[in-house]
Amino acid sequence: MRRSLYLHVPFCGQICHYCDFNKFFLHNQPVDRYVQAVEKELKETAEALPPPDPIETIYVGGGTPTAVTPEQLRKMLRAVRTYFPVSNEVEFTVEVNPGSADASMMRMLKEEGVNRLSIGAQTFDEGLLRAINRDHKAGQVEETIHLAREHGLTNLSIDLMFGLPTQTMGQWKDTLKRAVSLPITHISAYALKVEPKTVFYQMEKRGQLVLPTVELEADMYEELKQAAADAGMTQYEISNFAAEGFESMHNLAYWNNDEYYGIGAGAHSYTDSIRRRNFGPLPQYLKAVETGSLPYLEQHTVPVQEKMEEEMFMGLRKRLGVSRKQFQHRYNRSIGEVFPGVVEALTSRGLLASNGDRLFLTEEGKLLGNDVFEQFLLAADPVPAEEEN
Amino acid sequence: MKPEDRIKRRDRIRNFSIIAHIDHGKSTLADRILEKTSALTQREMQDQMLDAMDLERERGITIKLNAVQLTYTAKDGEEYIFHLIDTPGHVDFAYEVSRSLAACEGALLIVDAAQGIEAQTLANVYLALDNDLEIIPIINKIDLPGAEPDRVRQEVEDVIGLPGEDCIPASAKDGVGIDEIIESIVEKIPAPQGDPEAPLKAMIFDSLYDPYRGVIVYVRIMEGTVKPKQKIRMMANGKEFEVAELGVFTPKPTPKDELTVGDVGFMIANIKQVGDSQVGDTITHAAKPTPEPLPGYRKLNPMVFCGLYPVDTNDYNGLREALEKLELNDSSLQFEAETSQALGFGFRCGFLGLLHMEIIQERIEREFNIDLITTAPSVIYGVTLTDGTELEIDNPSEMPDAQTVDHIREPYVKAEVMVPNEYVGPVMELCQKKRGDYVDMKYLDENRVNIVYNIPLSEIVYDFFDTLKSSTKGYASFDYELIGYKESNLVKMDILLNGEKIDALSIIVHRDSAYDRGKHIAEKLKNLIPRQQFEVPVQASIGQKVVARSTIKAMRKNVLAKCYGGDVSRKRKLLEKQKEGKKRMKSVGNVEVPQEAFMSVLSMDDNK
Repeated sequence: MRRSLYLHVPFCGQICHYCDFNKFFLHNQPVDRYVQAVEKELKETAEALPPPDPIETIYVGGGTPTAVTPEQLRKMLRAVRTYFPVSNEVEFTVEVNPGSADASMMRMLKEEGVNRLSIGAQTFDEGLLRAINRDHKAGQVEETIHLAREHGLTNLSIDLMFGLPTQTMGQWKDTLKRAVSLPITHISAYALKVEPKTVFYQMEKRGQLVLPTVELEADMYEELKQAAADAGMTQYEISNFAAEGFESMHNLAYWNNDEYYGIGAGAHSYTDSIRRRNFGPLPQYLKAVETGSLPYLEQHTVPVQEKMEEEMFMGLRKRLGVSRKQFQHRYNRSIGEVFPGVVEALTSRGLLASNGDRLFLTEEGKLLGNDVFEQFLLAADPVPAEEEN
Repeated sequence: MKPEDRIKRRDRIRNFSIIAHIDHGKSTLADRILEKTSALTQREMQDQMLDAMDLERERGITIKLNAVQLTYTAKDGEEYIFHLIDTPGHVDFAYEVSRSLAACEGALLIVDAAQGIEAQTLANVYLALDNDLEIIPIINKIDLPGAEPDRVRQEVEDVIGLPGEDCIPASAKDGVGIDEIIESIVEKIPAPQGDPEAPLKAMIFDSLYDPYRGVIVYVRIMEGTVKPKQKIRMMANGKEFEVAELGVFTPKPTPKDELTVGDVGFMIANIKQVGDSQVGDTITHAAKPTPEPLPGYRKLNPMVFCGLYPVDTNDYNGLREALEKLELNDSSLQFEAETSQALGFGFRCGFLGLLHMEIIQERIEREFNIDLITTAPSVIYGVTLTDGTELEIDNPSEMPDAQTVDHIREPYVKAEVMVPNEYVGPVMELCQKKRGDYVDMKYLDENRVNIVYNIPLSEIVYDFFDTLKSSTKGYASFDYELIGYKESNLVKMDILLNGEKIDALSIIVHRDSAYDRGKHIAEKLKNLIPRQQFEVPVQASIGQKVVARSTIKAMRKNVLAKCYGGDVSRKRKLLEKQKEGKKRMKSVGNVEVPQEAFMSVLSMDDNK
């Protein structure tokens, strides 16, 4: 299955303190050259790795895709359809920052067939928004949603973050309350993780970052699950909640261990059993594409053992978990054969449950997901560690 | 050689060693003497060549003794033969020091012109005086800005009782005073006594194992003459060997036809184990033995014990080989296999003292490339059971149940601490806290005080050095000697994790300090053991009674949020790192304990 495509737009008008994605401060960047490079990469990728089926999900992420002009973004969106067959039923998502998309942007998105927006709300607390260096005000989330709906974009998701520096349970409850009152279909909620090469990382090293305790973070997570459930949303994956029928198909493609295209600087892809990563820095990415090659920084052919491991540690993130039958079908071996004793041990620890065919995390298992996932790494033949640049 | 030549030669021999505190300039002075006596050309001379091993050089201490033969033409026109015998510089090797001093007629005492006499130096001076050595005091480093030669001169007079005006001012670094020192060796140090034609008495003052030659024995000939092919006998165990080679170090090993009275050199006799050539033992002829061995021989017994475990269990055999190799050269090192439920397979090892323990540890890690976990050092406890049985226990986990124990005795040492007087308060406080009994306090001069306490050895091995150093800003010098056993109110304290005993962490403590030690360890473990899925109690208990506890809270949340835009390999790496981390943990009571937690509790470095 290879019916998903990710497109990365690595520009931002302002850099958030927690962000370690591949992104560049917009000012003076060669955006037009980037647009051309993306067009070229799309074309050459479609030639080199022809899609077996029409594309069912497209996700344009960043960075801030809407930081570029509507016309620049339009060219990239259009190029996807130019070089790839796209299903009529496509889920076509673009990430939008509150306040960064005006009416002309919304109009363009609608015209290009975008039918889902992922809005980076993060929190509704003005102080916390400043503390994490977002460039929007809380009220702009509502404005953006309103504007989107005016343009016929009604399938809307928001991103939220918890475990932010100094964040209290009260602040989190307020944010949740405000979030579920919005006309949205989907919430993605992530706990802050301080990553290297971010402002927060530097602050943490100097002891300037006051983070909530693990207990509070766990309580916040429980609060989130409850608020989403009260709002009629299902937790279909550890960090994702949706009204019925509005699960993100693109997201699920990752967790289902399906293949996907990845276009743009720093993008990851998984095609024909090969995981690849594109050059991240713009000069390298542009040079590679412009000189006629595909911009792969690294490639890794995933052996079947790793596929099986990934099937488990990705699949178990979903509410539906992993189907024993499907595993057997894909790999011709049963989960018990490949991971002897693991399911039993995790079940007895109360982290894993099963309803016949499907294995899935318990509520406690969701909190301790990494302890579960780790058990599905087989000892022998680990992937050689590749240096990140 | 004709008998009268042997006598003539004997009278031109001067045997001496150098007594100095670490860093007071022993090696530098030795180098200057080597230069002046042209034992080596400059090119051959490595700086401070007497300290052969890297480790010695780094730590500024000498582990193995060395003996060098030098020739010197004095102002009287005669050519003299010097034997410079180097001594180890630490209390753990006091016996070896005493034997190498016994091989000499004189000693150069180096005192730092700025720092004065230190406790260790004093201990060795007493050893030298015990052996009737002629002592030549040298005040070194007079070139230093802080030098106070007059004060130090007075100190030599007050503390050691040597006339202050005999002190030779010197700067070994700049070559000042060297000629005078060498001349005084000729003038003041007596020539050896002894009859070259009498039955052989050769004293062993060191030995080392050479993989090609077997044991190389360092000897000083006190009486008689020995030649290759002669049959010799070790008087301690009666074993006999045939001399294969004799010689002296110049400092290169140089074979000789004979060694006779006054000579200091080496002997190779197809000896397979250093244990057969015990320091202090007397070698005699098998055919014409002397009736009386030389006085002063005693067998060395370890005083401090600990478990050594490989961090990587695959290194167990490597560790055994390392210990076997080190044992070849070090008859005072003892070891036997032991198993710990927490640490796996390892060895219980006995050492002469703490420094000896550290040296062995470091040599294993450095020369054999094996990472070690070292358990808390322990001493030998004398245990009397209620039924009257006497036991010797060197491993806390083997201490019998409290109900069966009548009483426990522990070894005490006499500890001498020398400090500037402003630190008398902190030192006494420390000694009291360490259950010390006050013995004596003496002002050496206006500024310096010698404090004597009797302290349990177990308190010395547990962070005494470090606390002493930090509470006196490094000004204290310290020395100790074993004085015997005393009954104490001791108990065995166990550490329990999730209700299960961690054998490697059991300790024997005084009842009065059990609570503090237990609390400290429980808190430390709480901070070092990662949270588990469930709450884990950490307890310190004496028998069934819990004296301290802490709780490792349950891990509430450990899950990665994002997939980083499809970056599966990143996720995988994080999981692999987590898994790899756990692999290096030991499972105790169903709890994953990182190596680091054991090491931190067991190590003596950072207690409190």
